[in-house]
Amino acid sequence: MDIIWTLLEALIKAVVILTLILLFAAALGVWAERKISAWIQNRIGPNRVGPFGLLQPFADVFKLFMKEDLIPKAADKTFHRIAPIITLGIAISVYAVIPFAGDVQIGDKVYHMGIAPDLNIGILFVLALTSVGVYGITLAGWSSNNKYSLLGGLRSSAQMISYELSMGLALVGVLLIAGSLSLNDIVGKQDVIWRWNVIFQPLGFILFLVSSFAETNRTPFDLPEAEPELVGGYNTEYSGMKFGMFFLAEYANMATASAIMVLLYFGGWQLPIPAEWLGLQQGSISLAIVQFLNFMLKIALFVFFFIWVRWTVPRFRYDQLMNLGWKVLLPLALLNVLLTAIGIWILK
Amino acid sequence: MDIFSIVFYLFAVIIVVSAAIVVMSKNIMYSAFSLLFTFFGVAGIYVLLNADFIAVTQIMIYIGGILILIIFGVMLTSRITGVDIKSGTTGKVQIAFAGVISLVIAITLIFLFANTKWFTSELKPHQSTIEDIGKELLTNYLLAFEVASVLLLIAIIGAAFIARRKS
Repeated sequence: MDIIWTLLEALIKAVVILTLILLFAAALGVWAERKISAWIQNRIGPNRVGPFGLLQPFADVFKLFMKEDLIPKAADKTFHRIAPIITLGIAISVYAVIPFAGDVQIGDKVYHMGIAPDLNIGILFVLALTSVGVYGITLAGWSSNNKYSLLGGLRSSAQMISYELSMGLALVGVLLIAGSLSLNDIVGKQDVIWRWNVIFQPLGFILFLVSSFAETNRTPFDLPEAEPELVGGYNTEYSGMKFGMFFLAEYANMATASAIMVLLYFGGWQLPIPAEWLGLQQGSISLAIVQFLNFMLKIALFVFFFIWVRWTVPRFRYDQLMNLGWKVLLPLALLNVLLTAIGIWILK
Repeated sequence: MDIFSIVFYLFAVIIVVSAAIVVMSKNIMYSAFSLLFTFFGVAGIYVLLNADFIAVTQIMIYIGGILILIIFGVMLTSRITGVDIKSGTTGKVQIAFAGVISLVIAITLIFLFANTKWFTSELKPHQSTIEDIGKELLTNYLLAFEVASVLLLIAIIGAAFIARRKS
């Protein structure tokens, strides 16, 4: 019977987290992008649907649902249907290992605030899923049977594979310091602001930040959907909610990348000051709520940064992108691993 | 049937069915994509056996690396040049020949499976296997580890050399 309760607990958590992601990460993300871009370009932005245009994303999704779903005659229908499901599915699955707050103790039972935050290969799980995410975009580009889509798909897979390397190597610095692959352990070690990993790993953090922009296909690395050359890139032939799924996945990915950066370098759900200073007890529900809000605030700041960069920095050329990835980021990431290892060896 | 067996058979069915599609599908893209599920199923079996690190590496290397390259190859050859790569029908002689070889291999494997003394450990599964794997790789199996890395380095240099020669 135990296993059924475990499954039920995981299922309830999954439903709650899924709602949170789709509602906040995706819907609010789209709204924030439109509002912030308008602000940067001195426009007003969406302001008709709901207060401050807050309901605009829901209106957009409703419109996408109502639209006719076209599949090109020459397309490979099976893959054309599967591709958006893979993209959005993978984008959401990453949240299985993300801890949203510290453990809560009710009675003598300890509850984890996440589906499996204690998984001892947590960060590898995230990397593995990111590498699977390439399939959605590649298949979307290929199955559309359209030259622009195919080029977009190829570009994005080449880009994601290239930047995955420097991303993984940048992580090694954090892993060396934490001595664990579990996200809960990595966060647990950064309990006050002067123990946050960004202080020990400034180079690693910058490398990780640049790589995540490439991994999420955001400007300045949004070559897969460069409008002037590729029409719309891999999702040119998609319409209706299938296009909507790609769109939502982009924002879900952005939130994921922000969450991972917060967890690894900015203390995750840990408050900048010890919780005791606020008079909150370890393991209490009130502390968990404060930690959760703190985590969400940090993620929101990073999402804002993603949007800010998109509307201020122009797009790279494709050869510049590959040069940066292989000739600058990768050697720097290796250097970072070496420096961290030497640092830990001296201090021990 | 306990939950362990149910999960095991679930993964086993995924592996066998998708592997059958890899071999039998006439569309090479379907074959390549079906291989994805085979790899996932194998990763699932690894998780079931408490080999978490191997499972994740399986996904990262086979699904995230090797299979992507296979799909790349198929995408670039079958659509851009305008020729659809599909496996054609083969003659009866070839089918008979292949059938005999497969049968012999299958019988050998079943024979081996039935006669091997499988080692079952009495030890409790480890909390985390990564630490042990890391230590073993850099102490007892250091030579094998280094040889493999040098081999891969040679392969990378060779590939870069072949790709650059023309210009």
